[in-house]
Amino acid sequence: MKTGAECVIEGLERAGVKTLFGLPGGSVLDLFGRLYHSPMEFILARHEQGAAHMADGYARATGRVGCCVVTSGPGATNAVTGLATANMDGIPVVCISGQVPSSMIGNDAFQEADTTGITRAITKHNYLVRSPDDLPRVIAEAFYLAATGKPGPVLIDIPKDVQQAKTEGRPPRKIAIRGYSPKMEGNQKQIKRLAEAIDKADRPLFYVGGGVISGEAADELTKLAKKAHVPVTTTLMGLGSFPETDPLALRMLGMHGSVTANNAVSECDLLVAVGARFDDRVTGRISEFAPKATIAHIDIDPSAIDKSILTDIPVVGHVKTVLKKLAEEVKAQRRTKWLKQIREWQKQYPFAYDQKEPQILPQYVIEQIYELTKGKAIVTTEVGQHQMWSAHFFKYTRPRTFISSGGLGTMGYGLPAAIGAQAGMRDALVVDIGGDGSVQMNFQELVVAVEHGLPVNVVILNNGNLGMVRQWQEMFYNEEYSGSILTQQNRPRNEQVTPHKKHRYLPDFVKLAEAHGAVGIRVTAKKDVIPALRKAFRTKRPVVVECVVKQDENVYPMVPPGASLMQMIHSMA
Amino acid sequence: MRHVITMTVENQRGVLARIVSLISGRGFNIESLNVAPTNDASVSKMTMTMPGDDRVLEQITKQLNKLVDVIKVTDLTQKRYLNRELVLVEVAAPDHRKRAELADTASLFDAKVVSVQPESLTIQLVDDKDRIRDFLALLQPFKVLDLSRSGVVAVAQATPR
Repeated sequence: MKTGAECVIEGLERAGVKTLFGLPGGSVLDLFGRLYHSPMEFILARHEQGAAHMADGYARATGRVGCCVVTSGPGATNAVTGLATANMDGIPVVCISGQVPSSMIGNDAFQEADTTGITRAITKHNYLVRSPDDLPRVIAEAFYLAATGKPGPVLIDIPKDVQQAKTEGRPPRKIAIRGYSPKMEGNQKQIKRLAEAIDKADRPLFYVGGGVISGEAADELTKLAKKAHVPVTTTLMGLGSFPETDPLALRMLGMHGSVTANNAVSECDLLVAVGARFDDRVTGRISEFAPKATIAHIDIDPSAIDKSILTDIPVVGHVKTVLKKLAEEVKAQRRTKWLKQIREWQKQYPFAYDQKEPQILPQYVIEQIYELTKGKAIVTTEVGQHQMWSAHFFKYTRPRTFISSGGLGTMGYGLPAAIGAQAGMRDALVVDIGGDGSVQMNFQELVVAVEHGLPVNVVILNNGNLGMVRQWQEMFYNEEYSGSILTQQNRPRNEQVTPHKKHRYLPDFVKLAEAHGAVGIRVTAKKDVIPALRKAFRTKRPVVVECVVKQDENVYPMVPPGASLMQMIHSMA
Repeated sequence: MRHVITMTVENQRGVLARIVSLISGRGFNIESLNVAPTNDASVSKMTMTMPGDDRVLEQITKQLNKLVDVIKVTDLTQKRYLNRELVLVEVAAPDHRKRAELADTASLFDAKVVSVQPESLTIQLVDDKDRIRDFLALLQPFKVLDLSRSGVVAVAQATPR
């Protein structure tokens, strides 16, 4: 006979969990009692949101299922943002939450929350376990659900008495969920149809999303694209699925995508969506998206097909098997006219910034990160302008090297995600690129990096404001910078603050870094950027490099809200 | 266009909540809904009616299929199916004449008068949704005091070869 807690810990070990993130509390004391004796590494976060983002970053970097344990009530509600982040981007995470004893559920008990009710809409699936007999099966199922089909977060809520009760329960020999059977093989006829369409098309285009990375299909995609000479554009989530240094790479598309990519979408006669979901940041005004194209869509999630745009050639199946089959079916051919047009656009419209600007530009810093790491780092980002520039000025060539909250756009994601990524890839160089706003949201997790020897580098592009908000306010809201200014000066009338006697900007990120046990470096002159970054990447401890950058840069190109991709604003010149 | 959708789902706590919050979370409206276990106690059958065009319903059907607890989803709207609904309607019957008219209307539909009160009658009708619609239309000239409907239960019929 085993206790529920023993079943849980054994279940995690059996599922292959090597590293667990989390934070204890009353409702999970029994789980932690067993965890104490487990060979699994446990990384104690400082906020449950941090734990959830760490599990998420770990999953994105390694391809394994990330796992976190939190307590009931506030522990679970603190993890909600982390679960919602993973849910929007399709990331495999299993979250175990404690719950008050079964007899007290629904009674407004101490640290009680309706966790399964609250997380229903933001998880792929969730469980409230009523009996320890169910635990071995539920744990195995949770990992299976998290990792298969379109991956996603699964939460298991376990009341305290269930953790304490005893059971003879055994792990299932195999997993059979009658309401769930993701389709692996694509329909042969559809694949042939698609191959013919690719052969016949004059101006085909691959629009590639995160599904190619979750599906471990980067090699198959590259083989196919190079055989049939089809240019490739990726979403934010798809960065790294196709080497961006290849001439066929058009870079990111969409609201802040490259001119080349957006032009290609508008001019192509066949658009093949691969593991992407026609998100509104990509399509712009959807009635004018890819107006000249036949639309094909390869996805493991049948509900993604025809959700936003009508598909002419749908293929439901696992991206790895479908792309492999497609590569066998298509003819090798050159497409000189189309590729010549693409090359012209690439030459005429590269991502650019004013190289002569004497102040430090955020774009410049990111480009130096790319050059110094030779493009071989794992980059995590926070959310905002810097996130877009991280997509522009760093060329990603391998999957699982760009880790960013795309769907939910969660500020505060980057630092804990970097810690999770580093925990999973101990030998990698990990850089979190963040803005001064975002980085304050989960800064407390930096201690975790210091104490566990996870030498993440945090590059703060401090422009003294919430950059993306400021940009929209400048472009569409009358330059009324309400709530977006973080410096003490130039604030609106109803946000006036007393300037600090000593500090031009609060908090002092260098002091903050040092208070957490990390190295802190402030860079205020352009000539000091490269030496500071070099020092950071060489240092075997976490380093925070704060670059004080020009305050009013805007991200271009931009497709304004409600506009089509053809109405890009190239710059504010 | 009103769609009739049936689903077989796991008979578990929370499944109904999950389905309803999926649909309302995406801004769709459920007009009627019922659910009960089948002869397999671990499986329940749900019937739902929803307004919406075909494209909307295709999306909903796909989203419902995604749910782990949902075993099968069938949109019966374009198919052959049997459907029944139970209606209990209390109508004012202040005098003998009104009572007689109501009893007559009820008998035209094979509806049963299940309760006779000094000032009102309660009529029960079990029938397919079109007949129920017609019956309720015929009650328009009367004063309806209370109306409770169970929602449609539907079963697919095999198409004859």
